[in-house]
Amino acid sequence: MSGLAALLRRDLRLAVRLGGGAPMGVLFFLIVVTLVPFALGPDLALLRRIGPAILWLGALLASLLALDRLFAADHEDGSLDLILMSSVSLELAVAAKALAHWITTGLPLVIAVPVLALFLGIEPWTMGAVALTLLVGTPALTFIGTVGAALAVTLRRGGLILAILVLPLTIPVLIFGVAAANSASVGPVPFGVPFTILCGLTLISLVIGPFAAAAALRHGLE
Amino acid sequence: MPLLDLANPSRFLSFVDRVLPWLVVATIVVFAVGLYQALLVAPDDYQQGATVKIMFIHVPNAWLAMFCWVVMSIAALGTLVWRHPLADVAAKAAAPLGAAFTFLCLLTGSLWGRPMWGAYWVWDGRLTSVLILFIMYLAVLALWRTVEDPSRAARAAAILTLLGAVNLPIIKFSVDWWATLHQPASVMRLGGPTIHSSILMPLLIMGLAFMLLFLTLHLAVMRNEILRRRVRTLRLMQAQAGG
Repeated sequence: MSGLAALLRRDLRLAVRLGGGAPMGVLFFLIVVTLVPFALGPDLALLRRIGPAILWLGALLASLLALDRLFAADHEDGSLDLILMSSVSLELAVAAKALAHWITTGLPLVIAVPVLALFLGIEPWTMGAVALTLLVGTPALTFIGTVGAALAVTLRRGGLILAILVLPLTIPVLIFGVAAANSASVGPVPFGVPFTILCGLTLISLVIGPFAAAAALRHGLE
Repeated sequence: MPLLDLANPSRFLSFVDRVLPWLVVATIVVFAVGLYQALLVAPDDYQQGATVKIMFIHVPNAWLAMFCWVVMSIAALGTLVWRHPLADVAAKAAAPLGAAFTFLCLLTGSLWGRPMWGAYWVWDGRLTSVLILFIMYLAVLALWRTVEDPSRAARAAAILTLLGAVNLPIIKFSVDWWATLHQPASVMRLGGPTIHSSILMPLLIMGLAFMLLFLTLHLAVMRNEILRRRVRTLRLMQAQAGG
């Protein structure tokens, strides 16, 4: 257990000291949100109506961008092989790394939601719903993305294929996340129904993600 | 030529050590005068009441936000064209200051817009172009942090800065080109300022105060950056000698 805690602490410290992950993720989130009014026009009523969807898409793409750095640095300097050979179970090690990754890149996106909601003119109630669904949904995005990152770890230019691998798997999370966020403002569906399904999806990904990623790492690195 | 004399980092550091205390005092004095004039002497707007006084913070921040990019652009030319030794230090120092001024401009403008327009944010020409300026400041900062070697980072950031300078005339003329909620140009326009002197004077004093603030902070950050580079060089030399 202390090995896992050490791995978690190491990943957190590296992410904080190297920087880059959180600020660039939030900056990309901001840029995506800024691009939408350029494409759609400045109609605030329209932006308010599709605001939750824009925020969800922006968070999805931003967390996708940062997945590259989940295993790449460790693979390059050999730490990944050491983790594979250590006595710590690989599934738990992957889960620890994914948790550190979510804390340093996914959580800042959730914290940025209130500011970005201002840009889209979203009401406070809806903004709270978006923030809550993203808080529950971004771990799912990270853990599902871990599988793609593990599959692409040995590839040099893993960036785009990582996106292609991960995005279809994240569609259910996106559907129920946006449904829950929208139900706070419009629609007959109450908030609880899609939200509990979203929670379920996250819990499933917390289990399946590390197992699939560990299998991918074992096969990819042998 | 004084600019070439200051190109020597050690001489620049001693120059900053001599000049900086005076600049700090000057900044505090002009801020005190400006805030007194702005908050207590300038009259309330007949429509907006006392809320109009946010203008005395908002407008100088906007001026400084654009001015910082101009400083960065001149420094970029210094790096790419004239090869001035301290040009990249000046550019790297100006970037976070410009980002901060732009952020304050957006923040104060948003707080002013809520009581005036009923909205924290609208996507009109002026606000959107200043938001793009803020994003470009952050992009330059990201570039400085990402490229390891300082001189390569300087050249990359210089190119990005010069490309981004195209945004400045867009910001300036956005209130003319597009239908907008934002106040049209009232100070820097062809026919002269349209503001009454009782409001214009405090505004110009606050502008001067913020300019002195930028000057003070810029020199201080440049000094920090030069010292930081020396530490880095010493560490590299130590690592090479020890390893």
